[in-house]
Amino acid sequence: MNWLLVVAGAAVGAPLRYLTDRIAKARFGLGLPWGTFAVNVVGSFVLGLLTGVSSERLHLLLGTGLCGALTTYSTFSYETLKLYEDGAKGYAVLNVAGSLAVGLGAVWLGVETARPW
Amino acid sequence: MGTRGELRVVGAVAAGGALGATARYGASLVWPTPVHAFPWTTLAVNAAGCALLGVLMVLLTETRVRVAPHPLLRPFLATGFCGGFTTFSTYALDIQRLLAAGDATRGLLYLGATLLVALAAVWSGVAVTRAVVPVRVTPA
Repeated sequence: MNWLLVVAGAAVGAPLRYLTDRIAKARFGLGLPWGTFAVNVVGSFVLGLLTGVSSERLHLLLGTGLCGALTTYSTFSYETLKLYEDGAKGYAVLNVAGSLAVGLGAVWLGVETARPW
Repeated sequence: MGTRGELRVVGAVAAGGALGATARYGASLVWPTPVHAFPWTTLAVNAAGCALLGVLMVLLTETRVRVAPHPLLRPFLATGFCGGFTTFSTYALDIQRLLAAGDATRGLLYLGATLLVALAAVWSGVAVTRAVVPVRVTPA
């Protein structure tokens, strides 16, 4: 059952990442990888929000499955390497610094939003 | 590409993503990370996924082969499996947890170590694959 929850969440999260990337590339071109940036930030925020949820099943479905597959470290690293190889070294540094700063800000915002007050 | 072709690509991404996420979940069950411990398992998963993506992207987009790779291989293996296997959200939340627990040393160490290991892994995957398989003069 637990495995199925992870599979179901990921089967939605991964295509969402793919479609977001397609839309971002069509809209912003091939410069900075805005699609990967967007899914990593949104997924980090949602995973932060989930800290306010106690259901283990929801964590597997939405956390491990959906957010885990929506966000990606491999594409983030590969796109950074490609920017560097293509001579856009400033963009490579900006991609790393921006993804880390905004991603960590997003997870923090999610955790704080979920905190009972 | 027609709508049916698009649906097949989305389906391949979903299937690969589900497989990758399941492998990541399996790794977390085999090597569980205690609360506030250094997240070695997620670090290893992200490093392995980055190395694999580096290898795959050279094989799928840069190699000089007669027969083009099947059009669903990249969405299934690269976008799907590697993307679903690695995770940015768990990485970010684990850093937040370590920092919130007052363990700034471990939090910042994890932040920097994952970044360096992941970039080194993807670069190694790309470099080694380019060295051992014939690649086009200009990478696609």
